[in-house]
Amino acid sequence: MPVFEAFRLALQTIRAQKLKSGFSLLGVFIGVASLIAAWSIVNGVNRYMTEKFAQTLFGVNTFQLRRRPMFTPNVPDSVWRAWRRRPRIRFSDAEAVSAALTVPVITAWQSDENVSVFYGGKEARDIQLTTASERYFDIKNLRIALGRPFTAQENRSGVPVAVLGDAVAKRLFVDRTPLEHNVRIGGIAYRVIGVVEKQGSVLGFPLDRFVVVPALSPAQNLVNPPGILDAFLVKARSEPEMHEAMEVAEGVMRSRRHLRPNQDNNFVLDTSEGVQRFWAGISRILVVVLPGVVVVSLVIGGIVIMNIMLMSVAERTREIGLRKSLGARRRDVLRQFLAESAALATVGAAFGIVAGIGLTLLINAVSPLPASVSPASVVLGVVMGAGVGVVAGVYPASRAARLDPIAALRQE
Amino acid sequence: MTAPALQTFRTGDTPLPDIVILTHKLTREYDMGGEVVRALQGVSLQIKQNEYVAVMGPSGSGKSTLMNLIGCLDTPTAGEYWLNAQKVSDLDDDALARIRNKEIGFVFQTFNLLPRATALHNVELPLIYAGHGARERRAQAAHALERVGLADRMEHRPNELSGGQRQRVAIARALVNQPSILLADEPTGNLDSTTSGEIMLVFAELHRQGQTIVMVTHEHDIAAHAARVVTLRDGLIATDQRQAA
Repeated sequence: MPVFEAFRLALQTIRAQKLKSGFSLLGVFIGVASLIAAWSIVNGVNRYMTEKFAQTLFGVNTFQLRRRPMFTPNVPDSVWRAWRRRPRIRFSDAEAVSAALTVPVITAWQSDENVSVFYGGKEARDIQLTTASERYFDIKNLRIALGRPFTAQENRSGVPVAVLGDAVAKRLFVDRTPLEHNVRIGGIAYRVIGVVEKQGSVLGFPLDRFVVVPALSPAQNLVNPPGILDAFLVKARSEPEMHEAMEVAEGVMRSRRHLRPNQDNNFVLDTSEGVQRFWAGISRILVVVLPGVVVVSLVIGGIVIMNIMLMSVAERTREIGLRKSLGARRRDVLRQFLAESAALATVGAAFGIVAGIGLTLLINAVSPLPASVSPASVVLGVVMGAGVGVVAGVYPASRAARLDPIAALRQE
Repeated sequence: MTAPALQTFRTGDTPLPDIVILTHKLTREYDMGGEVVRALQGVSLQIKQNEYVAVMGPSGSGKSTLMNLIGCLDTPTAGEYWLNAQKVSDLDDDALARIRNKEIGFVFQTFNLLPRATALHNVELPLIYAGHGARERRAQAAHALERVGLADRMEHRPNELSGGQRQRVAIARALVNQPSILLADEPTGNLDSTTSGEIMLVFAELHRQGQTIVMVTHEHDIAAHAARVVTLRDGLIATDQRQAA
């Protein structure tokens, strides 16, 4: 009997016994669905962390000269206190580093403070006021949806112009254009010249509640003492160039801080690597735990299928005897039951794939994770499903193949 | 009533070409927990082409064992079995499956149809194992069903057919590979007398068309349809008689 016939027969049997088949392929179904969903989630979180999180908060190939790291999970109090004792980054530090850099880069100043922004009778609270230099938009990859960013000239002269985040513009102006209107920040009038494209959110934190103004404009006094900035941003063209620039910056800062060779840096050159290293730790746990879950459900699925197949062989002893009397060889019977078992598992895997894709879409819809189904996981799901079926089918099928036709035909 | 003439057969000979079935001192012993049961104690039997033979005997006489050996479902402990000039008594499992597929058409007391398959698909089964293509299978199976008068029942499942119709489907299945012998084991055992008569008419017609038929039965009026009756007792042939049809 050709393999094709065996599979056709197997599918007929499965269709004829829907309920029993449904139960027996539950294990493989769950296994494959969790495989695909888990893979999608890990992929999604990976992409989220590397692209969105790291790039929005840091920018690509970008490092930040800061007093302390920006992303600081699980830091003990003692370390935190030590960070707070460090000297702050000064305008002059940024200028010195800028002057010393040998690779082509773009740089920007950045300081942040939480403020309220007013327009007319309306107030937008808890808004991040960023005082920055003009290249800030390029480094942070903030596209302007309306109007324009401020210029280097405006930045140097400290012209009170503001670029609003999407949420701020919506809150204060609803659906009117904010351009050329004056908002008030800390009592100072700022003319709105642009609105940034909607950024969405990261890990549930909204990214559109901000106002960017020139670093040397009047609001700088709300943010930091004179001459002080939170971060000096340096964006290189490539990762090697970024590391080269970081070495230069480190040398300049160490000499400016008069650090001896045995003394640690009292500043950080922060990159998205820190965030990504943190994430890599978590994803390593997932990569170990998730396959465990998948393997356990596939093994259970295999055992269930084996049991169902043993039952099926017992129930169909007469049929096997008949088929043998009509000329089925051992290998024909073996193939028939292997095909049935493999088909059972593959159907389970197919449903699992559909469910896995469904779960992925659901995650996409209800969470900010850009979960996407990996084609490799689908292929692996099918292969593992069919593999489980074949492995689970070997014993029942070989029992069927070894049946004595006379005894089998005599059975009631 | 006369005993049929036999070829004088010795070990090492080959049967004459018109002899379909030849058994020579066929012996089958079973080991039942240390005790050896001798079901067949040396049966020598010759059946020529287009014979219609009934095998009779009380239960325990060895007729089922002989049936299984002739049907290549079992192998003898000793002796020879030649089917169509091929010595099958020492073939292996796969080769026997081949012989069952090509040379033997079984008809069982309990029909043994696949309950979920249509009549047509049931008849196709032997052709699947013979490796025929789907279209050819359909055509041959349909032709076999026509031969037993079920041309209009092809797409019916067994539970939509009467007992006689089911047995006719089984006969069509037995015939579809054009076997050398039609081997029927109590073919009317599950049928009423009217339907039994119908089935015997089908057998008679097949016999008239040239089919060799071997039929195991314990009913004398059924055996009366055959042209030759072989009676077994205690694992040996007791009588072997031709009779007028």
